[in-house]
Amino acid sequence: MRTVPVVQNILSANDEMARENRERLDQAGVVAINLMSSPGAGKTSLILRTAEVLRGELRLGVVEGDVASRVDAERVAEAGSPVVQINTGGGCHLDASMLRAALKELPLEELDLLIVENVGNLICPAAFRLGEHLQVVIASLPEGHDKPLKYPDLFIQADAIAVNKTDLAPYLDFDREGFRRVVLGLNPDVALFELSCRTGDGFVAWATWLRERWQEIRGSRRLGARSGELG
Amino acid sequence: MCAYFWGASAPLARWSMHELAVTQRVLEIALEHACRAGARRIGAIHLTVGDLSSIVDDSVQFYFDYLSPGTLAEGARLAFTRLAARCCCRVCGQEFSPASGLAWQCPACGEVGGEVLQGREFFVESIEIE
Repeated sequence: MRTVPVVQNILSANDEMARENRERLDQAGVVAINLMSSPGAGKTSLILRTAEVLRGELRLGVVEGDVASRVDAERVAEAGSPVVQINTGGGCHLDASMLRAALKELPLEELDLLIVENVGNLICPAAFRLGEHLQVVIASLPEGHDKPLKYPDLFIQADAIAVNKTDLAPYLDFDREGFRRVVLGLNPDVALFELSCRTGDGFVAWATWLRERWQEIRGSRRLGARSGELG
Repeated sequence: MCAYFWGASAPLARWSMHELAVTQRVLEIALEHACRAGARRIGAIHLTVGDLSSIVDDSVQFYFDYLSPGTLAEGARLAFTRLAARCCCRVCGQEFSPASGLAWQCPACGEVGGEVLQGREFFVESIEIE
């Protein structure tokens, strides 16, 4: 027996495809968000409310990721945004190859912002880059304030964390200060939002952040990419 | 030119289990390097897995045993080297390994959180061939 050194990152194939996805998105002038949370925390609701708030300003497209069904994609389509549904058939996270296939089905050149709703899961999506510009995690009041301690990796990587269902605060023992302290300890640069997708509370700050990030990311790309010129 | 095939006898949903996808990738990488080195068989595959990588060794072994028959890697031993999660406290600079239960609390100053120095690794380190 002889030993052959390999030293190859097992997820490198996914990372490579994520890079290609990112190039495609940049070429089309689209900023992409990877939206993650546990099932039922409010990913689709956030997308629907965000679509309303940004209507007429940023053209939104959506990729929905679920193990099964088109429930979410149908809701988004009804609300008027171009949407593709991915069914993983049992897979617990989206990966770059799935997004690559979905991107082919979207009119990217006619979009400004793409929100990719990942499979409901606080663990696996953290390890699989899709080619997104921003990672956003939703936590919700009924889940309890200890989730960042229990699932640190996802919360550490997030660019923004939205705490949803603030309208339920009177009925729950969610320690908002404690949650804030833990999250900022794990991830001091994260943008933290408290909102209610149901009532619309907190969406002004969220939309402002989205607009600012979008400007920043689009502004940093080479000029002329949209028209096909290389700068 | 060396060809390799998956254990494709029973169709399995491509993404049905987390470790199935990553194990397929481990096998691909090992076979690619074995072919390049002109191997007749792979005796062992050495993997480095960080504690933050959410990979379960037994699940990888399980799927490897399912996928490797008929390939150069059939019968190969999987050897796992685990790397502990290590962080550096942002407040006092203390390096520590987050202990389960205590999560990410610095043992020196009690602050929660830290920069991740180690723990996300997931590599095929080397293969043993003949």
